Amino acid sequence: MKILVCISHVPDTTSKINFSEGDTKFDTSGVQYIINPNDEYGLTRAIWFKEKQGATVDVVNVGGPETEPTLRKALALGADSAIRVNTPALDGYAVAEQLANVFKNGDYDLVIAGRESIDYNGGMVPGMLAGLTNANFINTCISLDIDGTNVKAIREIDGGKETVNTSLPLVIGAQKGLVEESDLRIPNMRGIMMARKKPLTIVDPIEASTETVTVKFEKPKPKGAVTLVSPDNLDELVNLLHTEAKVI
Amino acid sequence: MSVLVYTESEQGTYKKVAFEVASYARAIADQLGTSVTAISINAEDPSLLGTYGVTRVLNVKDSKLDTFNAKSYAHVINQAAAEEGSKIVIVSSSADSKYLAPLLAIELKAGYASNVVALPTNLSPFTVKRTAFTNKAFNETSISTSIKLVGLSNNSFGIKEQATEAEVVNYAPSIPDNGVHVESVDKVTDKVTIADADIVVSGGRGLKGPENWGLIEDLAEVLGAATACSKPVSDLGWRPHGEHVGQTGKPVAANLYIAVGISGAIQHLAGINASKVKLVINTDPEAPFFKAADYGVVGDAFEVVPALIEKLKAFKAQNA
Repeated sequence: MKILVCISHVPDTTSKINFSEGDTKFDTSGVQYIINPNDEYGLTRAIWFKEKQGATVDVVNVGGPETEPTLRKALALGADSAIRVNTPALDGYAVAEQLANVFKNGDYDLVIAGRESIDYNGGMVPGMLAGLTNANFINTCISLDIDGTNVKAIREIDGGKETVNTSLPLVIGAQKGLVEESDLRIPNMRGIMMARKKPLTIVDPIEASTETVTVKFEKPKPKGAVTLVSPDNLDELVNLLHTEAKVI
Repeated sequence: MSVLVYTESEQGTYKKVAFEVASYARAIADQLGTSVTAISINAEDPSLLGTYGVTRVLNVKDSKLDTFNAKSYAHVINQAAAEEGSKIVIVSSSADSKYLAPLLAIELKAGYASNVVALPTNLSPFTVKRTAFTNKAFNETSISTSIKLVGLSNNSFGIKEQATEAEVVNYAPSIPDNGVHVESVDKVTDKVTIADADIVVSGGRGLKGPENWGLIEDLAEVLGAATACSKPVSDLGWRPHGEHVGQTGKPVAANLYIAVGISGAIQHLAGINASKVKLVINTDPEAPFFKAADYGVVGDAFEVVPALIEKLKAFKAQNA
């Protein structure tokens, strides 16, 4: 089985979010970048397939040279090779078009992408990629078993879960639950040394169009101080929730 | 060229989000001076949508669509958009809508903006405000394609009644064979889901163990709320990961979010930032959550929560 895992290069979850150039650009100064957590769940499952059932795992990112440390980390975690499509990730559609091209050229059986990135939260790349390639698609996937070309998966739905059957080729939107939290790995020294020798191929982008543009960013308005209520005066709390906040 | 809205239903009954997206579609249609057509799939009473400003309903009844399937549903909505000549299509942010929207965007050749929280700030270019960085910021996004697909964030616009006579038209689109087949659905039916809830009661490590979860459930029950939890609680296996709220879990945009025994890590706060009112109950007055909260009680959850439940019961009895 040939697996492609799409890796988004995103600010660390603890990052303070700031903007520059008149709130039109994300301010990258002092920001640490990581593998998008939803992608990491997918990558971990892909490496499980490689180790338990036999598979090759390639990782891919659409972006400039600054994303290479993130791809190297994915290699250190156990991916076999990396591809960087050398173009900025301008919008979800343009990224999906580039990834669809890699998917088709690489003859992959399974493509795993996080259900959304934690920066732009568009949640569109896996579905658009499936739509562009006519592959089967399962979003919010929390369990994935593959036997030959038969697939049994569980996806999270509002208020529960759903078990589905499908077949390869397949795109999944990965998220928390796809692997146990304890199965997530930290790169060890051997992995880091090996990653240096693994191929990282830079490919030219195809001509792709964008459909959306970020005009400007805005931070939520600062909020007022908390109103503290004594644990001995919960009548006041109920009253505040009713008359002031109007939520009960 | 009416605005098209997909109004989700479940076992014949519209979901709450259906009325919210219909209300939003009506407001956009008013900006544009046009009408609202809803696409309704296997719902029992499509005329209900008239209450929220829908003027025309394409009513699909087909057993092939009894179980949700993203590809088939996207195909049906695409045909409806073509039928109506719709340039703007609205869906919700439910798990199902987020599943079908990117497939629909490809079929419609439409730019897609998800997690939209307000009416367009500009109609040309079509610009909407959406959340980004898991609610740590917003971005204004303009869509350049001729057809626009908008995914409205749940609880961001509200349900607004505008009584209209809805013309209900039977509609029989072609339904392709789809590649993903549902084997079983496992749903907790008697509980309010996080996606639908006006109030969410969430517990953290301060609850000390899964055996104490009854406190959270009892408080949720008296408020008609959904239950949720912090990341450590789901990582420890006290609660299923479907209840984990935060940057890598579910976002919550409730009217009231009650955090019990949660210190308020930045990743958790990001996930609940879109909630309107936040109440925090924690023993540690230095917990970062108090800085993000509207109301706070510094105290032991094991004493405060049972007392609060009694007060709420009394309040409910008085206001029944």
